[in-house]
Amino acid sequence: MVPFAGWEMPVQYTGVKEEHLAVRASCGLFDVSHMGEIEVSGDRAIDLVQLLITNDIERVSDGQCQYALLCRDSGGVVDDLIVYRFNMDRFLFVVNASNAGKVLDWMREVQAREDFSDVDIEDQGGQYAQLALQGPASREVLRPLLDADPAGIGHFRFHIGLIGGDIEAIVSRTGYTGADGFEIYLAPQDAEAAWKLITDAGSAHGLRPAGLGARDTLRLEMGYPLYGHELGEDITPMEAGLRKYVRFTKDFIGREVLERQAREGCGRTLVGIRMIEPGVPRQGYEIHAGGEKVGEVTSGTFSPSLNVGIAMGFVTPGAAKNGAEVSIAIRGRAARAEMTTLPFYGK
Amino acid sequence: MEFPKDLKYTKEHEWVKVEGKIATIGITDYAQDSLGDVVYVELPQEGGSVTKHEPFGVVESVKAVSDLYSPVSGSVAEVNDAIIDSPEAINEDPYGDAWMVKVEISSQSELDDLLTADEYQKFIEEEK
Repeated sequence: MVPFAGWEMPVQYTGVKEEHLAVRASCGLFDVSHMGEIEVSGDRAIDLVQLLITNDIERVSDGQCQYALLCRDSGGVVDDLIVYRFNMDRFLFVVNASNAGKVLDWMREVQAREDFSDVDIEDQGGQYAQLALQGPASREVLRPLLDADPAGIGHFRFHIGLIGGDIEAIVSRTGYTGADGFEIYLAPQDAEAAWKLITDAGSAHGLRPAGLGARDTLRLEMGYPLYGHELGEDITPMEAGLRKYVRFTKDFIGREVLERQAREGCGRTLVGIRMIEPGVPRQGYEIHAGGEKVGEVTSGTFSPSLNVGIAMGFVTPGAAKNGAEVSIAIRGRAARAEMTTLPFYGK
Repeated sequence: MEFPKDLKYTKEHEWVKVEGKIATIGITDYAQDSLGDVVYVELPQEGGSVTKHEPFGVVESVKAVSDLYSPVSGSVAEVNDAIIDSPEAINEDPYGDAWMVKVEISSQSELDDLLTADEYQKFIEEEK
């Protein structure tokens, strides 16, 4: 167990590699109750949401969710999040645990400055526990427990219903692993019972409880950014390669800067790196090309699926070239690697 | 967790087996368990020298990277190349197949402050 944003979190249950491979082959269950939840409601909720997020929530329907970013006026990222659209008057923001406080402050600041006092912003972090059931067997595991066919919940859609007959839950077809799966929001007092129901139903399918360690290796194989690594107050979505979650067809905070970057380019580019020589790239290691430092690793690990060291990192735009050889400075040694497109897994 | 009685131990979680002038060195069951899945090992060259309390190699798991500290000074007589290709052996058999190096000891007196199995076990219980 490790402390994380005020929570005691399991890094691993039986081992990062085993948990990781279980998610790829069958399924794993993560307790991600630390995630923050903020509800935005009221007649003009839609307008405030649209102003806050880079993506366009009007492009989806009620019962759908969407990945987006919250930016400052500078274009820097306050947090990345999933927006759940119950209807045009009610939205749920699911944000990173470590950012929940500052996201709430930012939302209230925008609310005040843009005159949205009639919209309700409520911190509901204490009202939800979250379990993430991830992996190809997730559907089969959930089928006997849910009051609807899990296969009928489309990608990035959610169902509000019952688990095990009487546990109220929001079940979305989402996740942070790149595998098929579901994220399940429920009242904290029901979390333990739901955990037990799911692990019991999953035992025949090879379900493994999975911790933060596997969550990180899984997201890295998919090239998903993690706040504090590939995202931050001084990093814009354009630099982090998240252009497709930014919609210039609507207005939002930070748009001016992002639009300029879209036109003129950014000062750095996020790339994927795969080791050629043995070694595990880690955050902070330098990336060299042609004898010069061109960037730094932001996240790195050993990929349990691919059996090779993988990393993401920012490099100068001129250096970013798919297939180009680079070297990673691993404890004073220059280990050969190549730049590659993301994701690493499932291409 | 196992701590064979015929081995000596260090506070950096290495074990040493002394046979005459040769010390065989590896990491303990506790060390491999704390590290988790080991995916990479760096060891010195045969014929090179190692110094007591100084790093002689690196062991890296999915989660973390950790230096290996030599329990004795001397010259490297043999390196277990097999674990470079199969680092998972360190998790599976830390006292057997996954020995790391054999060192020809330069000073027998350096062995004096190594811990016995009981002392080491007590040390890690206090460290927890």
